[in-house]
Amino acid sequence: MADKKKELIVLENISKIYDMGETKVVAVDGLSLKVNKGQFVAIMGPSGSGKSTSMNMVGSLDVPTKGRILLGGKDISHLSESELAQLRGKKIGFIFQSFNLIPNLTAKENIMLPMMFQGISAEKRIARAEELLEMVDLKDRMDHYPNQLSGGQQQRVAIARSLSNDPDVILADEPTGNLDTKTGEIVMSFLDKLNKQGKTIVMVTHDPDLAKEHADVVYWLRDGKLEKVTKKRRK
Amino acid sequence: MAFRNLKKRGLRSWLTLLGIVIGVTAVVSLISLGTGLQIAITSQFGISSTEVITVQAGGINFAGPPGSAVSKPLTIDDVKAIERLGTVKRAIRRNIPTGKIEFNNKVIFGFVANIPPGEEGEIVYDIFQLKTLKGRLLGDRDKKNIVVGYNFYANKVGFDKKVEVGDKILIQDKNFKVIGIMKKKGSFIFDNIVFMNSESLEELMGYGDEVGLIAVIVKDKSLMEKAKKEIEDLLRKRRKVKKGEEDFEVSTPEAALDTVNDILRGVQIFVAIIAFISVFVGAIGITNTMTASVLERKKEIGIMKAVGAKNSQIFSQFLIESGFLGLVGGIIGAIFGTLIGIFGTHAINNLVGATANIEINFALIFAALTGSFLIGAVAGIIPAMNAAKQNPVEALRE
Repeated sequence: MADKKKELIVLENISKIYDMGETKVVAVDGLSLKVNKGQFVAIMGPSGSGKSTSMNMVGSLDVPTKGRILLGGKDISHLSESELAQLRGKKIGFIFQSFNLIPNLTAKENIMLPMMFQGISAEKRIARAEELLEMVDLKDRMDHYPNQLSGGQQQRVAIARSLSNDPDVILADEPTGNLDTKTGEIVMSFLDKLNKQGKTIVMVTHDPDLAKEHADVVYWLRDGKLEKVTKKRRK
Repeated sequence: MAFRNLKKRGLRSWLTLLGIVIGVTAVVSLISLGTGLQIAITSQFGISSTEVITVQAGGINFAGPPGSAVSKPLTIDDVKAIERLGTVKRAIRRNIPTGKIEFNNKVIFGFVANIPPGEEGEIVYDIFQLKTLKGRLLGDRDKKNIVVGYNFYANKVGFDKKVEVGDKILIQDKNFKVIGIMKKKGSFIFDNIVFMNSESLEELMGYGDEVGLIAVIVKDKSLMEKAKKEIEDLLRKRRKVKKGEEDFEVSTPEAALDTVNDILRGVQIFVAIIAFISVFVGAIGITNTMTASVLERKKEIGIMKAVGAKNSQIFSQFLIESGFLGLVGGIIGAIFGTLIGIFGTHAINNLVGATANIEINFALIFAALTGSFLIGAVAGIIPAMNAAKQNPVEALRE
C-alpha cells in the first residue's frame, strides 16, 4: 500500500445506480480506484462502461449511490450541492471533450469565470487569466470569442480555465476527442507539461494508445466494473 | 456578465418587454402631465383665481354662466347684504344672459357677460385674467361698444366670417361696435363670450335687479371657508331655506379645484389600472423569456457549475439578468413617458395659452427604473430557481 499522504483521490467501492422507474440501471458497480498526487491516471473503457460517470463522481459533479469518495482525505460523498460546487471550483479543473467554453465570453473572461465564483478580486482575476493565456500560447487571442478560435485553441483556453484556481487535480474527459491528431498532440503535450510540473491529471478516454502513451496508471473499465489496472514505470 | 447575456438576446426577448414599456410610459407620462392636465381642466372651467367665492342660485355649477332655469334668482339686495359681511371685501354682480347675436347675416345665440363700471370692472378683468389680443378693454363710457372672445376673431362661432376690431355686431337687434378681441383662454365659455357694460346689458336684456351670479372677494385668503359659511347662513336666512335644502350654491375655488382633482384622479386611477395590467403582462413575458433562456442555456449552467458556481450564484446571475431585462423596459418607458410629458405639456400650453412648467421629475424616473428592475427580478425568481437547481451532469450532457 502506498503512502497515505500521497493519496489524493480514493474511490471506495462506489456504485451509481440510476432509477428509471421500473428498471434500475447500474452505471458503476462497486468500483474502487486510487489517484496519487502527481500521477497521470487514465480511465479507459468502451462507451457505456461507466467511465464518464466515474469521472463525474471523481470530479464531485455527481455523488455515488453507494460507497465513499475521499478527496485529499476528506469524504465528499455527502456534501451539499453548494459545498461540492465550492470544492470543485477550488480543487478540480475540468477539461471537456467539447471544450465547453461559454460562447458569450471572451477567452480571457472564460478563464476568469472560475475565479469569479471563488470571489477573487477582478484585478487578480485579470492578472491570472493573462498569465495562463501566456502559458498556453494564446495571449494574442485573449479577447477573441470561442467561435473565433479553432478547436485546438479552444481546448487550450479550456486547459487555462481548468488551471485558474490552481486545482489539485485536472479532470480531462476525452480532451482530444473533437480534435484532429496533430492538434490533439499539442493539447496532450500541454497536459504532459502540467503533469511534469506536478499536477495530478485524470483523463477519461476510449483511445488505448493515448492512455498507454501518457498515463502512469490506466484503469480499464467494462460494464461499470474494474477490468484491470496497468501501470507504467516512471521514466 | 448578466449584461453580456442580454446583449445577445433576440427580438423575442425585447418584444416581451412591451408590457413594462407601456406600463412605465403610462405612469411617467401621466405624472409628468399631471400639472398640465390640471391647468387645462381648470381653465376649461374658467377657474383662474383662487380668491373668489362664487354665489349662484339653483343647481351646482362652477364659475360659469348660470343655467337659464334658475328657480329663484339672486338680487341686487343679496349682493349688498353679502358685501356687508365682515369677511367680505367686495361682492360683484355678474350677469351672463344668453342673447341673440347677429353678424354677416348669420344669427347665433351666445352668452353676453356684464362688465361692471369703475373699479369693479377692473376687478373682473383681473380675477379672470382677461386681456385683449387686439383693440382695448371696455371703459365706463363704452355704451355702444363690446369686446368679443377669441373665437369670434378665429371665426369659430358660426358667422362664417372673422370678426375684426371696428366691425358692427347686432345683439338683440341692436348695433354694437367691436372695440376689442380677447386673448385666447382655452375655455369654451370665455372664448365664445361677448362682454358689454353692465348698464347697456341690463337695458338690452331687461333683467332688472336680478343677478346671475355674485363674485365675492374675501378680505383675506385665510377667511375663505369662514366667508363661505357666512354667505350660506345669510342666504339661508334671506331665502328662508333649511340647511341641506339650499336652492343656491356657494363655491370656493378650492371646491371647484377639488372637483377638477376628482376628475383627474379618475383619469389617474384609470391609467394606473392600465399600467398595472401592462406591467403584469410584461412581468409574465419576462418570466416566459427567462424560462426559455434557462432551457437554452442549460449547458452553460452546467459549465458554470462544473467550474465552481454555487446554486446561489447561478440563481443571482439569472435574477440580475431578469432584473436588467425589466430595467431596460423601464428605461425605454421612462424615455417615452418623459417625452410624452414634455410634448403633452407643450400642447396643453399652446391649447389654453397656459404656462405650465415642463420639468423632468428625476425622483419619478428613479422610482420607475427601480420599480421595473424589481419587477423584472421578481418575474425572474422562478426561472432563476430552475436554473440554480439544474443537475450539472445532466446539464452538461445537453
